[in-house]
Amino acid sequence: MKRSPREITGWSAAIAIVVIASLIPIVWIISLSFKDPSTIADGSFLPTKWTWTNYSGIFKQSLFTDALRNSIGIALIATLISVVLACFAAYAIARLDFPGKRLILVFALAIAMFPPISIVGPLYNMWRNIGLYDTWPGLIIPYMTFALPLAIFTLSAFFREIPWELEQAAQVDGATPFQAFFKVIAPLAAPGVFTTAILVFLFCWNDFVFAVSLTSTSKAETVPAAIASFPGASQFTAPIGSIAAAAVVVTIPIIIIVLLFQRRIVAGLTAGAVKG
Amino acid sequence: MSATAATNQPVTPAPSRKRHLTERARAERRLGWSLVAPAGIVMIAVSIYPIVYAFVLSLQRADLRFPAANKFIGLDNYKTVLTSPLWWQDVWHTVVLTVIPVSLELVIGMALALIMHRVIFGRGPVRAIALIPYGIVTVVAAYSWRYAWEADSGWIPHLLGLKSDPLTSTFGSYLAIIVSEVWKTTPFMALLLLGGLALVPDELHEAAKVDGATAWQRFWRITIPLMKPAILVALLFRTLDAFRIFDTVYIFNQGAHGTETVSILAYNQLLNRLNLGLGSAVSVLIFLMVALIAFLFIKGFGAAAAPGGGER
Repeated sequence: MKRSPREITGWSAAIAIVVIASLIPIVWIISLSFKDPSTIADGSFLPTKWTWTNYSGIFKQSLFTDALRNSIGIALIATLISVVLACFAAYAIARLDFPGKRLILVFALAIAMFPPISIVGPLYNMWRNIGLYDTWPGLIIPYMTFALPLAIFTLSAFFREIPWELEQAAQVDGATPFQAFFKVIAPLAAPGVFTTAILVFLFCWNDFVFAVSLTSTSKAETVPAAIASFPGASQFTAPIGSIAAAAVVVTIPIIIIVLLFQRRIVAGLTAGAVKG
Repeated sequence: MSATAATNQPVTPAPSRKRHLTERARAERRLGWSLVAPAGIVMIAVSIYPIVYAFVLSLQRADLRFPAANKFIGLDNYKTVLTSPLWWQDVWHTVVLTVIPVSLELVIGMALALIMHRVIFGRGPVRAIALIPYGIVTVVAAYSWRYAWEADSGWIPHLLGLKSDPLTSTFGSYLAIIVSEVWKTTPFMALLLLGGLALVPDELHEAAKVDGATAWQRFWRITIPLMKPAILVALLFRTLDAFRIFDTVYIFNQGAHGTETVSILAYNQLLNRLNLGLGSAVSVLIFLMVALIAFLFIKGFGAAAAPGGGER
């Protein structure tokens, strides 16, 4: 189909607006992170004097490096466990016939709507009593709870699309059940599982409510909570440069993930929402 | 092995099926339950139990600073909360910070979804860039916007030639928080709407075009009615999410300048004042309000789905 010049101009304008609106805050925080401390308050959009000191500064502080380690470890473990448990549940929901199946989905939906702040108080008290306050499991457990509904919905939508007859076909052709599953079904299921893992990881990486309530020291504090407690040079100056640099460090992996897996993220979120 | 194939098809249970379950069906049930159990147990243990515990705490005088004074006081905490003007102010702030952002997101998100759906070139890159705000950590987005608005560091006051700090006024704070929220969550709204948009058949548009309908008419008469379920789902999820707004407000000013929301109030009662009883009463009330919003929306779904049919 031929496109008229008017159409092309219109689309170019629309695309330009989307790109600029999406990127301005990102460019701004990157720009802040490279501003020299003496020019940080000059209000110009781009740095007038570039420097790496904000970055070298935060990587010298254990406050930040510990938080980064905690964020990565906690998010990865929570993602791994949630996705494995959700795979079991989603397989059962997509393939097996058993009473209570709808109930599980309704319950997962209810959890997805649950306000996390409502259980922060009880968890704080329980965790202090059983020694989970300010530990990795103390965050991993609530993350799993809120990640599971998302993972179950997304995965069961993907699993429903898999042509499971292929498993029998392979067995008819002489494959063992083990081979049939790992050579035929696993490769078909892998993209859905991977997509779900990305969505769950983004969720865990993003959390602030639990991190700020259930941790207090570098033992388990994650980056979002640590950034919010960065000490300034004095009581009245916010450590803008350090905060900006730390923010950029946690944002870069996200931007890479989104740019690489855009198609999967779109598929995952739309599948879960439309079919759920 | 051929019997397994039968279970792949959505089995329509025959009426007599319940009476004599085959060995196979019973095994399938057991397998189904045991596969769902681990996820189910985690979800129950970390949501139902704590909310019940929150309710129990809310009936007590439970202040961690005075543990000796703990005792059962019935609904007194609720009376304290519900008669306090602070609570009602915070409810009002939360409603403002829910209704305005979600309405803006619906309009902008619809435009973004249409762009992502119909764009004639650069579709992959455009979608990827539009998705970036969705992935960004909310705390990071809030900091970026806060420093953009602050008088001594920001480019926005600089650009607009403002003399005073916009974030020291109530209006300025709301504006900045709303912009930050809308920026961060519009892509999510757009994605949910995009899912609905994909279900609108192109043939309908073509047919309407042949009959002389303008693009505007086609949008209102075809796209919107067919997308109604997707729009309701997107609105439900975003409304519930917006109602628990915490991160952005906390980062901007921790609820100063009349921006304190109910979640910030609960957090302050629980973790700053360590008043578990009063804080839990606030938590339970938030839970009930969220449940009420969800209930109203789901009733709305029923009404919206009824004329159209469509089970999903």
